[in-house]
Amino acid sequence: MTLQAFLVVAAALVSVGLFGALTQQSIVMVMMGLELLLNGVILAAAAFWYFLAPAGTEGQVLIVVVVTAMAIEMAAGFAVTTAIYRAKRIDMTDDAAELRG
Amino acid sequence: MITIALFGALAVTAVVAGALVFRVDSMARATFLLLLSFLAVAGLVLMTGLHYLGLVIVLMMIIEMVVMAVFMIMYMMNPAGLMPMSMFHNTRGSAVVAATTFVALAGGALLVDWPVRGGRPAPDLTMALGESLMGGQMLTMMTLGVTLFATIVGTVVLATGRGRYDRLGDELDAPESDDRDRGGVGR
Repeated sequence: MTLQAFLVVAAALVSVGLFGALTQQSIVMVMMGLELLLNGVILAAAAFWYFLAPAGTEGQVLIVVVVTAMAIEMAAGFAVTTAIYRAKRIDMTDDAAELRG
Repeated sequence: MITIALFGALAVTAVVAGALVFRVDSMARATFLLLLSFLAVAGLVLMTGLHYLGLVIVLMMIIEMVVMAVFMIMYMMNPAGLMPMSMFHNTRGSAVVAATTFVALAGGALLVDWPVRGGRPAPDLTMALGESLMGGQMLTMMTLGVTLFATIVGTVVLATGRGRYDRLGDELDAPESDDRDRGGVGR
């Protein structure tokens, strides 16, 4: 169990989450990709705390922040999905293209 | 030895379940695979000695994914996963971006000369976290609190289909409420 091993696993989670967030057509599945990405950040924060600076509490506080961010992301994401579905019957990212530049 | 085996099992579970989220046909199955990935990461966090935060992640993610499953069923593209289907777009470009990210992050993790472990963990980690959040990290805690409150307001506004301003005008002074169906409690 080393810092490097933890960070490689975290990097894999971030990459898989990024792949999901970029490829998925369903808005809800995009949110699942973002959650997986933040999941990797939690693991990296725990690893940094344990292997580099266990005396402080900054790593723990970072985990609290990320867990809160996940809850906010999910709540706001579902509210946006509900609003856009109610307005236009859209649940796919490809259909919601009004802001395409 | 047991520690390394446990670490390996949890790490493989976290990554494989996370990857399968985007491979299965049913969005409900995807939700529970994501939960499995979260629980494996919670196990890894528990292995670093953060018992309180590990348990918080376990409890929060179970509730979050069950709520997510309800929304998944509401917005399900492929009910029950009965039909094989593709839910992807721009797969090749995304794969390149994701692979590049992994190589950069993993390369950095392996190549950087990390400093040695400084200090020892506090005897009671949960107490240390609580004192930190109520002391030196109070600003972080207050920011989180305000952000969560703003989220409550924002999500309610977004999710409300037809509120009182739609019924009674911007000043809430319409003589009669503008309802699609007559009846109910008027003013």
